[in-house]
Amino acid sequence: MQRMVINRILIGIVTLFVVSILVFVGTSILPGDVAEIVLGQAATPESLAAYRAERGLDQPLYIQFISWLQGMATGDLGISKAGGATISSLIDGRLGNTMYLAAIVAVISVPLSIALGLLAAMYPGTWIDRVLTFGTLSLISVPEFFIATFMVLILAVNLHWLPAISRISPDATFLEEMRGLAMPLITLIIVVSAQMIRMTRAGILNVMNSPYIEMAILKGVPRKRIILRHAFFNAIGPIVNVVALNLAYLVSGVVVVETIFAYPGLAKLMIDGVQTRDLPLVQACAMIFCGTYVVLIILADVAAILSNPRLRNPK
Amino acid sequence: MTDNITSTGEEEEKTIYDELHDAPPKKKLKLTWVGKLGVTVVAFWVVMALIGPYIAPFHEADIIADDSYLPAFSTDSEGTYILGTDYLERDILSRIIWGARTTIGISFVATLLAYMMGVTLGIGAAVAGGWTDMILSRANDAILSLPSIMLGLLIVVALGTSIPILILTASLIYAASVFRIARALGQDIMVIDFVEAARVRGEGLWWVISREVLPNAAMPLATDFGLRLVFVVLFISSLSFLGLGIQPPAADWGSMVRQNLSGLGYGSYASVWPALAIASFTISINLIVDDISAKSGGSLAKKMI
Repeated sequence: MQRMVINRILIGIVTLFVVSILVFVGTSILPGDVAEIVLGQAATPESLAAYRAERGLDQPLYIQFISWLQGMATGDLGISKAGGATISSLIDGRLGNTMYLAAIVAVISVPLSIALGLLAAMYPGTWIDRVLTFGTLSLISVPEFFIATFMVLILAVNLHWLPAISRISPDATFLEEMRGLAMPLITLIIVVSAQMIRMTRAGILNVMNSPYIEMAILKGVPRKRIILRHAFFNAIGPIVNVVALNLAYLVSGVVVVETIFAYPGLAKLMIDGVQTRDLPLVQACAMIFCGTYVVLIILADVAAILSNPRLRNPK
Repeated sequence: MTDNITSTGEEEEKTIYDELHDAPPKKKLKLTWVGKLGVTVVAFWVVMALIGPYIAPFHEADIIADDSYLPAFSTDSEGTYILGTDYLERDILSRIIWGARTTIGISFVATLLAYMMGVTLGIGAAVAGGWTDMILSRANDAILSLPSIMLGLLIVVALGTSIPILILTASLIYAASVFRIARALGQDIMVIDFVEAARVRGEGLWWVISREVLPNAAMPLATDFGLRLVFVVLFISSLSFLGLGIQPPAADWGSMVRQNLSGLGYGSYASVWPALAIASFTISINLIVDDISAKSGGSLAKKMI
């Protein structure tokens, strides 16, 4: 088992390396020279050469890649094209904001969706199950911005309960802060939970096909008890896997939600960077997002290995 | 997503062939009313994509009305704006009808491309095995290990936004998931007895692929095509919504939502209609897929949730 886990982590590290190459090369083939973009049209050939030498842009691509990777590892993320601020100072507070949002979403949506998934699996074919499966199917087939738009329409425009844009000021009380955060939170929770409910339900019903469940049914154990005492514990592995996978999906959900609500997080920073074609900034943000995603996927796989007794104790 | 416990479809007449695990797919495909509803809505949008520009009351880029964010059924000297006008004083209904062609057309072409790449490489990898399979699968894993929207953003920042690049980006990203499914299906089919029989008989590789593997993979792949199309529509609309997909003045559902978002504050529903158009299309496809896979025993649905 240890070998499998170590193997999986090693594959993850290789993936991260390949991802960093993709991110670096992908953004380096951009037509136009970074020095010219930064210094503008008024730059003299001497100042361009000086800038290139200073930033190492006259080096071959692989040397640039290695020094970029070194910078990434040591926290020196380079300098933003716009304004010349260091990228680490731009990212600093933004990353915290995004993590804060993601953490609250995880804390609320994980128990909620496991409970609802269990409920649907407990009474399959009943109206509870039908409402949940149809509702979640509809929710996973619409874009995130659809849900966000309707939340704004209902909660902000029609009911005036919540502000349509989330601003967080440092001296807001906790309640005010939650009010500001409510809209992006609700949207993300709906997006992530829909997927998790479906997968929890499927995970449990999958276990329900195994022989020992059939045995329990034949013994006359009530269905509720079978699910809670027999199926749930055997489905924990797949469910942990599902949770980690869905937290990884948060990465893409956050991009749209932060943009629509103007939430000052990392994803908003990245989209702004894409629009101004601020390469170093986009590279740094993309690396953070992709790194988080890869790490969460590895966690999901490791959880799956650890929770399966057959994989844990190979013959 | 259905399973043995919940499926309540009518009992069909059993023949001895149904006992075989590789029984031929049944010709008749009965849909429930939910599935039929899905087919109706999808057919409606496909017709709109085909003939929309000829029946739309106005041109997509025409700035005709007197005011922006007019409510539904407003009338002026130019005519009636059934769904009102948008932020640039254009008719929303016409833009949605024109947008059907842009959004569905681009997504369809991208999905088709993704399928051509994914199925060719996937079945190829399954049939060839060995190093070819190994290299293709690893490269595929690298693409799959990135969130699709991140990949999209990286490509857009590197190459800029244009419709060909958008189509290529989407098809490349989704070819990876098609590859995985096509490869798995190919591997399953390659070890079934009738394929081995064909090989022992001395049939060539191409004959085996085209006469044995592809016909047996066709049905699951067709269902999966629907799901993949939904993902591509969502991907392209999300990019457009972020302002990085289809560029104005072309009408496209995703960017229409974004551009009219400020109207929500004035109580205008201008951004709600295109959002509903996307939702009706994607939900309907999912309903059809759900219905078909419930009928085929749910095994397909389980693979794809």
